[in-house]
Amino acid sequence: MAAMLPIFALEAATPAKEFRWAGDPEGGAPFVEADPAQPDKLVGFDVEIAELIAHKLGREPRFVNITFTSIDQSIERGDAEIGLSGIEDTPARRDAMAPTVPYYEFREVLSVRDADRQRFHTLADLRGRRIGTLGGTIAYDILLRAEREHGIQAVSYDDDVHPYSDLVIGRVDAVLLDNVLAERRARSVKGFTIQPTSVAIGHYVGVLAQHNAALRDQVNDILRDAMRDGTLQRIFRKWRVWNDDQPALHARVLAGEPVIAVSGVAATNAALSAWQATLRYLPSLLRASGITIALSCLAMALAVLLGVAIASGRVYGSALLQTMLTGYVEVMRGTPILLQLFVLYYGLAEVIRLPAFGAALLGLALNYAAYESEIYRGALEAVPLGQLEAARILGLSERRVLTLVRGPQAFRFALAPMTNDFIALLKDSSLVSVLTVLELTKQTQIFATNIGSWVVPGLLCAALYLVMSLPLATLARRLEQRWKAPSL
Amino acid sequence: MNEAMLHLRGVNLSRGQRIILKGTTFSVDRGELVALMGPSGVGKTTVLRVIAGLETFQSGSVRVQEIALNGGNGHAPKTLQQLRARVGMVFQFHYLFEHLSVLKNVWLAPVHARGIAQREAEQRARGLLASLGVEHRATALPRELSGGEAQRVAIARALAVDPLILLLDEPTASLDAERRTELGDLLRGLIREGRTLVVATHDEDFARTCATRVLRVREGRVFEDSAS
Repeated sequence: MAAMLPIFALEAATPAKEFRWAGDPEGGAPFVEADPAQPDKLVGFDVEIAELIAHKLGREPRFVNITFTSIDQSIERGDAEIGLSGIEDTPARRDAMAPTVPYYEFREVLSVRDADRQRFHTLADLRGRRIGTLGGTIAYDILLRAEREHGIQAVSYDDDVHPYSDLVIGRVDAVLLDNVLAERRARSVKGFTIQPTSVAIGHYVGVLAQHNAALRDQVNDILRDAMRDGTLQRIFRKWRVWNDDQPALHARVLAGEPVIAVSGVAATNAALSAWQATLRYLPSLLRASGITIALSCLAMALAVLLGVAIASGRVYGSALLQTMLTGYVEVMRGTPILLQLFVLYYGLAEVIRLPAFGAALLGLALNYAAYESEIYRGALEAVPLGQLEAARILGLSERRVLTLVRGPQAFRFALAPMTNDFIALLKDSSLVSVLTVLELTKQTQIFATNIGSWVVPGLLCAALYLVMSLPLATLARRLEQRWKAPSL
Repeated sequence: MNEAMLHLRGVNLSRGQRIILKGTTFSVDRGELVALMGPSGVGKTTVLRVIAGLETFQSGSVRVQEIALNGGNGHAPKTLQQLRARVGMVFQFHYLFEHLSVLKNVWLAPVHARGIAQREAEQRARGLLASLGVEHRATALPRELSGGEAQRVAIARALAVDPLILLLDEPTASLDAERRTELGDLLRGLIREGRTLVVATHDEDFARTCATRVLRVREGRVFEDSAS
């Protein structure tokens, strides 16, 4: 090992004293979480493993906060040297990265509502049912295959909390995630049962960049030592995740036996070429594009209708109505759309249980209606007074003045900013993935996570967005030309 | 025989400290073409706007046949509706509806304010445009018209709802001598039809040749012109 140190010193981009490791505290305990008693301190078994490695390397651990689904890419570009955050061992990861030896064995388990524990034991029992999981994980990959084989519907979440709360309230009929996550949730969420039969077996690994293989070998030595001397066992026991599967895994690792990345299911996306992966994911990307365009068109139509109503109320309504509508506009514009979507879907779930697509549609429409209404209000007020007086003097009622003269003329002023908003909405629709709607960006993210690269998925995704937005821009330009306002 | 179509009595209108109309009083009989004369800014346009119900005023009254507008906070919508069934106006800058063709500019109000069937209104609109010599511009948009054409279309639009009183604001402002003569002939024709016209203008020649009576507006007051 001493001979490796100079090589490692060359590899490290930062002062040798610091050991940068990446994780996502949003994943929570028992992996990495902010200590509830001391929020600036991190705790969890991955935190302790990182500290152990740093200590053995004679360096100071420094945590780098990276979103779970971006850890591989961040490690690849050098933001941190190792990722430790309940990261799964997969064939694709073995191909693209330099993972450590597996240090923990988990089981993918099905969780169902207590009432369904006698009905749903396996994926085959859940034909036609919705099953939730974390996007971009082995479990998600298993569910995608089960869609084809068993006719289930995979629902992708960005976190591991909401699948279980949605299971209890009936938005999904089962959740497939590893036993560590399931058991942790079972302590705080009541009403579901973890089925004893495991769907697959997988492992947690540390992940390093391929060019950092030397450091990976050092880390492997440290992990093997910790397996041998019982340090790992102590850490896992402390976090209540030690079980009978672990001694067997550690024995295999220490004996130098090969450990299959994922067992219990047929081979997953092992080492697909970029072209093969693109072909495999293209249909789902096109399907997701369909959802993006349908969601955007419907949300925009609703936002336009609501926006017109709000703008009319603000221009023609009573003082009270004007104040209320102004309040609505300020609240919707002044708070993040992501927060509004969360409140609508999860916050109000006890009162009204909207389906994911419906909540996404409503959330986008309610938010964009506020922006649209400001465009229309401005446009209505930009119509010259002379036009309105000419209409009034002819005996047209105020309603007719609005619908026949003021509205159509205002529409011409509003068309360009409306087009802008429509294109913005098309892209903002990616936010609804937090409500489990699998639109284009989310599908791309899953694609990228599974093949371990953003290059092909990113380019494909950008091309699909352009294919959707360019015709919109062209159509708007034609309409503007046709209804253009008189030049001054 | 003289039937008073329009009567203003003691109309006072001010904006802040600025007095615009000061006890304005005059009457107009059926079939008259009254020219309101005076330099720019004396309140000629405001007098027309008061008659059309586009301006409120502090005190006094405006009576158009049996319809009365009184000074105060505003006019009741029903009163304005009745007034506008009798009074039409051609603005100095025409204010043709920019998004509609010439023909639709003319038939819009008959259909949507008077409830006339579109086919009939369109036919009548074509007739009006023909009588004003602009039928060939029926499909054009207002921005494609010359100043003279736009004014004729504006007159056709005002006449389409068949007003008893037609108010015209500076109708000769954008016309050359030949067009002014044509306009004079047109307005005289309207009087022969029994309409009453009030024209705000600062064009002395036009007033002298066309008007049956000239009123001078000075410092917010209206005086009979001694020469008329």
